[in-house]
Amino acid sequence: MPSPAQWAGQVLFYAVAAGVTGLFASWPSWSRLPPGQAQITIAFAHGGARKEACRKLTPEEIASLPAHERRPSDCRRERVPLRFELVLDDRPLLARTLPPSGLSRDGPSQLYEKLAVPSGRHTVTVRLADSGRASGFDYESRFELELRPRQNLAIDFEPDRGGFFVR
Amino acid sequence: MRSVRAIVRAGFDRAEASLGRAFPPAWNPLLNLGALGFFFYWIVVGSGIYVYSFFDTGITQAYASIEYMTHEQWYLAGVMRSFHRYASDALVIVAVLHLLREFGRDRYRGVRWFSWVTGMVVLVLVFVAGITGYWLVWDELAQYVAIVTTEWFDALGIFGEPVARNFLAPSTLDSRFFTLMVFIHIAVPLIALVLLWVHLQRVAKPRINPPRGLALGSFVALLVLSLAHPAASRGPANLATVPDEVGLDWFYLAAYPLLETLPAPFTWATALFLAALALAIPWLPPMRMARPARIDLANCNGCSRCFADCPYNAITMVPRSDGAPFAAEARVDPSLCVRCGICAGACPTAIPFRRAHALSPGIDLPDLSIGFLRERVEAEGARLAGRGRVMVFGCGEGVPLEGLASERIGVVRLACSGQLPPSFVDYVLARDLADGVLVTGCAENACHARFGVAWTEARFARSRDPHLRQRVPPERLRTLWAGRLGRGALEAELRAFARSLEALPPVAPPRRVPGPRAPAEVHRA
Repeated sequence: MPSPAQWAGQVLFYAVAAGVTGLFASWPSWSRLPPGQAQITIAFAHGGARKEACRKLTPEEIASLPAHERRPSDCRRERVPLRFELVLDDRPLLARTLPPSGLSRDGPSQLYEKLAVPSGRHTVTVRLADSGRASGFDYESRFELELRPRQNLAIDFEPDRGGFFVR
Repeated sequence: MRSVRAIVRAGFDRAEASLGRAFPPAWNPLLNLGALGFFFYWIVVGSGIYVYSFFDTGITQAYASIEYMTHEQWYLAGVMRSFHRYASDALVIVAVLHLLREFGRDRYRGVRWFSWVTGMVVLVLVFVAGITGYWLVWDELAQYVAIVTTEWFDALGIFGEPVARNFLAPSTLDSRFFTLMVFIHIAVPLIALVLLWVHLQRVAKPRINPPRGLALGSFVALLVLSLAHPAASRGPANLATVPDEVGLDWFYLAAYPLLETLPAPFTWATALFLAALALAIPWLPPMRMARPARIDLANCNGCSRCFADCPYNAITMVPRSDGAPFAAEARVDPSLCVRCGICAGACPTAIPFRRAHALSPGIDLPDLSIGFLRERVEAEGARLAGRGRVMVFGCGEGVPLEGLASERIGVVRLACSGQLPPSFVDYVLARDLADGVLVTGCAENACHARFGVAWTEARFARSRDPHLRQRVPPERLRTLWAGRLGRGALEAELRAFARSLEALPPVAPPRRVPGPRAPAEVHRA
């Protein structure tokens, strides 16, 4: 049978163990975003144009194909990389060339980026080239925004909705 | 690696000794880490089932249902929620300590690789279950966990589009993804339980329940913590804002700030390197082990004592193969044998009095045989002189024996205290090789080979075969289970023992010169 001192020692151990468990279960706190900052999250997945235009097959070429593989044109799968830019208040904040995904480089290009920006009034311009053009952009949107501290502004892209939009 | 192990072991030795001042050996928390892990696991499961009965799995209702539990039904569901969280934390703590302790005691290499590797996988599953659990609360912390986790996985580039897009804005939130988390949170612990069963396959009589006193103390500590500092949610998740300071559970989420701030290729490379290292560590470097226990069928009568005493299920009893009139014979699986010699200590033919033939018991360690131990005992006994002579038998994992031998103290090293057949005590006294015998080893309930201390005590108490003979005077036999920090205690015990032996009349039989006999089979200590 433990002595009173041993009982006391056990109580002390349990108290310390419970205290440490409870303490580090929620402390210390962590925050990456500095006070007064907001966040712009830009995220989309979009496939660029094919790297090579489809070529019409000649009747002879079509005839030479197995019956179940006959098709009017031959299209290579590889897509062009996208070019993306985000400008905040006329200051370039992000510029990326987004390669297509997939082993055959035929999947959609992806972008997921979080940018910490000062809260307040901003003009955000986003541009995207998906046709493989060397200069200029195929899509461009400009947003006048009032960002609150800790606000998360999500910018998405869907061609069917006309390009960039704020969620 | 050896020096790292030594540092870890020294830390645990001291901590175990410190806790040993307050706890009886059976209750010492550091000596019951595996059993405590199971205990906390069952608390997590039990409290989880209760909490789940009130939990609404809809992504918009989850937070409200947990708030109801925490505030409206705080006295039961709230306590259960706190139990669920704190027992999960305690589970991680004891699991990591268990891992470190086994590392420090070098019980992860050689044949023990299996338990190490399966334990590692279980630990990963515990983390997966815990992290998905935080996700389900769907408060600001859950939002943080969800986003950092999915961003980290997105960095692999294996998904068609970023999974983190699910958490881009409130309008992108998908309940099906949330349901998947619920499924993972329930399925993963069940998989972990199956793996825990696998984890224990190579140990005999695993301790999966802590002693009642320790279980009660742990339970009360969790209850007090749950009442004094109930687990609470932060504000509801809102994907339109970045969570303010989040109070991380550092037992589960300590890596998250690093995942968030360091480049993903670096964190992935580090994680994969650490995972590979953790799995490969039993072979870094490979353990050089002595030869496993070996059966001498000519001396095995199939009594199955070695089978009953082996702590690692390395011995099975199989039908007799040599035509001898016994039903069974023992068979050793070398891939499970840890070379502790407990089997030899259990063998009824491991009797040093045998003279007709070479001393070859039915089962023995080839590299530290019973015959060799007899030679050592006789050599040490022949060296001792004066009154109060003590023959010390000790294992390599217990009290350090270096420099202990003297004119009145003989020292014989064992693989484990359980390797000592009780007949050796009788032999030492009957042959007047010493006035008393002291057997020492690991601290109680901390035997390196699991059952060496317990079986030795039981054999000496004549409650487990092979029994110590009745003619052995109890005043001439002592045991000391003190572990590596027990050198001072051993020396004090030896002084007191020698004094008490001096007060006794001389050992009855006169010293006898052993007659000629065949040499022992193996001669290496």
